[in-house]
Amino acid sequence: MTDKTLISARELSVHYPLSGSLFGPKPVVRAVEKVSVDIAKGSFFGLVGESGSGKTTFGRALLNAAPITNGNVIYSDDEVEYDLGNINSAELKDYRKRAQLIFQDPYAALSPRMTVRDIIAEPLQVMGLTKTREETDERVREIAAKCRLNLEHLRRFPHAFSGGQRQRISIARALVARPQFIVADESVAALDVSIQADVLNLLKSIQMDMGLTFLFISHDLSVVAHICDHVAVMYLGRLVETAPTRELFASPRHPYTKALMSAIPSLDPDDRGKAQRLEGEIPSPTNPPPGCKFQTRCPFAIEVCRNQEPKLEHTGNEHNVACHRWKELMAEQPVPA
Amino acid sequence: MNKLLDVENLTLQFDTDEGRITAVDNVSFDLEAGEVMGLVGESGSGKSVTAKSLMKLNARNAVYSDETGVKLHLESGEIEIMSLNTSAEMQVVRGGAISMIFQEPMASFAPAISIGDQMVEQLMIHTDMNKKQSKQLSIEMLERVGISDAATRFNQYAFELSGGMRQRAMIAMALSTKPKLLIADEPTTALDVTIQAQVIDLMKDLVEEFGMGIIFITHDLGVVAQTADKVAVMYLGRIVEQGTVRDVIRRPAHPYTKGLLAALPRLDDLDSPLVPIPGDIPSPLERPPGCVFSTRCGVAIEGRCTVDVPKFVELGDGHRVACHLPLAELTGS
Repeated sequence: MTDKTLISARELSVHYPLSGSLFGPKPVVRAVEKVSVDIAKGSFFGLVGESGSGKTTFGRALLNAAPITNGNVIYSDDEVEYDLGNINSAELKDYRKRAQLIFQDPYAALSPRMTVRDIIAEPLQVMGLTKTREETDERVREIAAKCRLNLEHLRRFPHAFSGGQRQRISIARALVARPQFIVADESVAALDVSIQADVLNLLKSIQMDMGLTFLFISHDLSVVAHICDHVAVMYLGRLVETAPTRELFASPRHPYTKALMSAIPSLDPDDRGKAQRLEGEIPSPTNPPPGCKFQTRCPFAIEVCRNQEPKLEHTGNEHNVACHRWKELMAEQPVPA
Repeated sequence: MNKLLDVENLTLQFDTDEGRITAVDNVSFDLEAGEVMGLVGESGSGKSVTAKSLMKLNARNAVYSDETGVKLHLESGEIEIMSLNTSAEMQVVRGGAISMIFQEPMASFAPAISIGDQMVEQLMIHTDMNKKQSKQLSIEMLERVGISDAATRFNQYAFELSGGMRQRAMIAMALSTKPKLLIADEPTTALDVTIQAQVIDLMKDLVEEFGMGIIFITHDLGVVAQTADKVAVMYLGRIVEQGTVRDVIRRPAHPYTKGLLAALPRLDDLDSPLVPIPGDIPSPLERPPGCVFSTRCGVAIEGRCTVDVPKFVELGDGHRVACHLPLAELTGS
């Protein structure tokens, strides 16, 4: 952890107990297992994975909204330092002002009975950040303008808005308490392509303007490639690869990352069927395979992969990968520049 | 190749409390056997409603215009779908000559009936097979779409299958009656990318094997580039551009198609900025007069695009675009 790190997860595990049989050990879902990540202050950190990879749970754990089973999460800005595993209620209250969440579905996240002004003002009132109504209004107007919502919009109810506009309202609500750290969980997944680009550009410009740190959770590699400066790839609760965006896309090392990239449908109609396809599906997290979690689908799995779980290894250029065979695979399949 | 489907001047309105809403406006296209057409558009563009019209599956408040013609050319003769009225007449088409795959397979399988029973039921209705033959064919089809241990899966329920498996079972069921036309409505949208790639590969194999025509509805231009032979781009109920997949994706002519491609994050070019299309899709209650895209178009001609509905301009090889801009501007980048 360097002094520039805003939030740092060390060997973080989140397990959920399942209601199992009366006798014998209770089964647990290992949603997140020993994940270590440092998110630098002012960075736009991407977290990629398919459904069931644990990316949402990890994001929630960083917000203290999922139970931390093992390991710890340290948040440290210029003013405070919190260990989220041991946080008292006063500290937690303060942490809520510093860390906020933007949801996926802009239709479900906004109360239909509140005006946009009240929706955006609610965090200020709940957290007691403003003393008078005038002060609240001023804060709301200021942040609304940043999210390109005008005064007329503030008087209306959410049903009058399109998906893209609603997502801008959600963003304004998350930002109004002036947080340092934002978790954006699939925040553009529900939007049409022409609108998605607009919201992505808005997030990026706000991040630069206000010096925020983002954890951007997404299943869409191409979106992450465009907006994030650092990317981590998760599979079945484990971190399999992490690197600066350029480095990752120029030379992916983990077979899963490579497969994810080649699974994205190419826009070139003559580039059909060349992609390397993955067989099978992601295993159930209640019954993960032994050894490397990806071995059931990996075309390169050998004996050691089936017995021993690979550790995250540093490979230079801030690039880390958890694969027994990454060196061999790099040599066998030179990645075109 | 043989002509399979002819859609002419399809216009469809819905009667609602707030008035008549135009959902599809004068849409024409055709399809040959063995051909895959991509129908692309964002939410509210009318792509699903257009596809459902081919089986008259829209809600009761749907009103088709008198000029609408949907002809299905079968070996047994020609069927004018708009003239079918009773459900007995429709049965030849629905699930028989035309099958449909939906986006969310969990919602399209009945939850309390096993996958197998549902497959057998439709085969008993649409073919003259008996129960034993139906079961055998169903299990064969499940195997064909890559479901392992098909005989066990046959007796399972939809909730026991994963998302990818469910979509495979849906495809097996849709194809078991050997339809001439398959309508796939966002069949891979709810799936993870690695599973989506598997399903796309499977569908490509099946087109070659069964030789049916496919209408592939999607919002994802990448999926279209990978699957379709030709494309129609829809916006607010109208086709704004259509042509072969290479023409439309490599040399887009309509400002909307160009805008869609510019807004798409591409992995092969991380430096290019994402350019959104300004504004939002207007509500169908407030359809703009003239060109439907004029409210968001950066190059709209005042007094022309906002007034006159543009006619199709032919650019060659079936590539057509509905835009008022001069030809040189449409074809230039």
